Amino acid sequence: MNLYAASKVAYRSLRANKMRSILTMLGMIIGVAAVIAMVAIGAGANERISAQIASIGSNLIMILPGSTTSGGLRSGFGGVPTLTMGDARAIGKEIPAVGLAGPTIRNTAPVVYGNQNWSTIIQGVTPEYFQIREWMVVGGRYFTAAEVEAAAKVAVLGQTVSNSLFGEENPIGKIVRIKRVPFTVVGILEKKGQSPQGQDQDDVVAVPITTSQKKLFGSAHVGMVGVILVQAVNGDSVKDAEKQVVDLLRQRHRIGPGQEPDFSVRNLSEMLAVAEASTRIMSLLLGAIASVSLLVGGIGIMNIMLVSVTERTREIGIRMAVGARERDILLQFLIEALVLAVTGGTIGILVGVGGSWMISKFAGWSTMISTGAVLVAFGFSGAVGIFFGFYPARKASRLDPIEALRYE
Amino acid sequence: MGTPSIEIRNLCKTYHLGEVSVEALRDVTLSIGRGEFLAVMGASGSGKSTLMNILGCLDRPTSGAYRLDGEDVGMLSRDALAGIRRKKIGFVFQGFNLLARMTALENVELPMIYDDTPSATRRERAREALRAVGILDRERHLPSQMSGGQQQRVAIARAIVNTPSLLLADEPTGNLDTATSAEIMKTFQGLADERGITLVLVTHETDIAQYSKRIVRFRDGMIVSDNPVGPR
Repeated sequence: MNLYAASKVAYRSLRANKMRSILTMLGMIIGVAAVIAMVAIGAGANERISAQIASIGSNLIMILPGSTTSGGLRSGFGGVPTLTMGDARAIGKEIPAVGLAGPTIRNTAPVVYGNQNWSTIIQGVTPEYFQIREWMVVGGRYFTAAEVEAAAKVAVLGQTVSNSLFGEENPIGKIVRIKRVPFTVVGILEKKGQSPQGQDQDDVVAVPITTSQKKLFGSAHVGMVGVILVQAVNGDSVKDAEKQVVDLLRQRHRIGPGQEPDFSVRNLSEMLAVAEASTRIMSLLLGAIASVSLLVGGIGIMNIMLVSVTERTREIGIRMAVGARERDILLQFLIEALVLAVTGGTIGILVGVGGSWMISKFAGWSTMISTGAVLVAFGFSGAVGIFFGFYPARKASRLDPIEALRYE
Repeated sequence: MGTPSIEIRNLCKTYHLGEVSVEALRDVTLSIGRGEFLAVMGASGSGKSTLMNILGCLDRPTSGAYRLDGEDVGMLSRDALAGIRRKKIGFVFQGFNLLARMTALENVELPMIYDDTPSATRRERAREALRAVGILDRERHLPSQMSGGQQQRVAIARAIVNTPSLLLADEPTGNLDTATSAEIMKTFQGLADERGITLVLVTHETDIAQYSKRIVRFRDGMIVSDNPVGPR
């Protein structure tokens, strides 16, 4: 018997038991749809993390001040300013593995425009900051190195601040007040969205770091900066840059070997790579759980095929009497199982794709259907059909024709 | 008559049912000529069904030789026996044994599906067989839409569609009324006379056996008589 004839026989017998065939397929449909949807959710989460990594800026190293011991009191990282403008300049100039270095000072203050006010983060930065963060302006311009030098009262607004204070109005050229000091808005930054920690990165006002130091948040620590952002020249040099930064700062801060440094260095790309890896494990886990339902679907097929073989014992006997070989019977039942599995699998793929779309539409989770997952799910459902169909089919093919013909 | 169609010699079949063994056939020797119409009679348990199963290559003897058209088929493999059944043997059963979901035509095509006959040839030959047994007008009917006699005709068509050399009929009229039985038996006679098919008929009705040319009686797994049927 050839494949075509066998498929026709299989199709007819499945149609003869419509309800049963549909219920059996439902097992496969749910299994495959679950795999597709779970993998899509996992891939979507992964994709989101990758986008967040890109939003932070690539090849990024953060240098945090702090951890000094004064009078027996140890402060944690970021507690006490220990980094200087000079440190930032030295890192930028002296370390070959470093492309850009930008000092920052972070404070919180209300920003006022007309009768609107908005309490936000005031980042004192240099123009390098925008390059390191790969942050474009959508209107106006950045401030310049000359403006930093002159401690000019200019500001670049994040999207959230711009929307909160100005609404539909164009903020460029307008005056806002930060701690009663008037600043001219020169630019609007593009939208960055959430940081990997879930903070709104657009809720920020960038001003020249010198202005922040001298006119807004003058402190006891003159010339001190907060975090220094460093961008390595490329992905491969991040490790080198990190090490050289540590060496240079230990030297500049006169920290001897064995002494605890008064700063710390964090490699952000590395941290995010860890986050990415954990998402990947999560999506693998989701896929694995979904695969269990595929397995259950397969067992359903096996169950129904065994019933079918028993029910059709007489038919098998008749077919054998008119000359069907063992492999003809085997092929017939195997194809029947395969048709159940693959039809269920195909419908499952459609349901899975539709389901993923609904999840991202209504639950707001990002999902991503990969062609690979679809192909694997399809291939897997075929494999399930063959695997779980084989035992019943073999049982049918091994029947004794005399017994089978006598079966009532 | 040249080589006989069927030649069995010292055929034995023993079934083991747990600790009891049942000797269904004991040393049976029988020769059936080509185109002969033979009736096998006997009470139930006499061994006639076992003989039919072995003749039909559905079962293998415990010992002894079975030659079909000169070929020793007694000890062939299951698949080889399936091949013999497909090419050389046609079965007609008491319960018709048609596939319920298939039309008359499709039922007759069934044996040809297994040797990959092209579908056009299959259809043509199936129609021919249906015409030969006078039931072509029912080719699109399902078994459930036909009378017993009509179903048995379809079964006969299926049995002869591969032009077998041996036709085995196991109580073919057991489920039919007298008039229909007579028609079916005439059909069998015609096939034996016109086509030269060897026909072995199992029955326990004497008047049905009278349609054959030779009657073999079984008791306790042995042949007790072997007589030609006189002219009616």
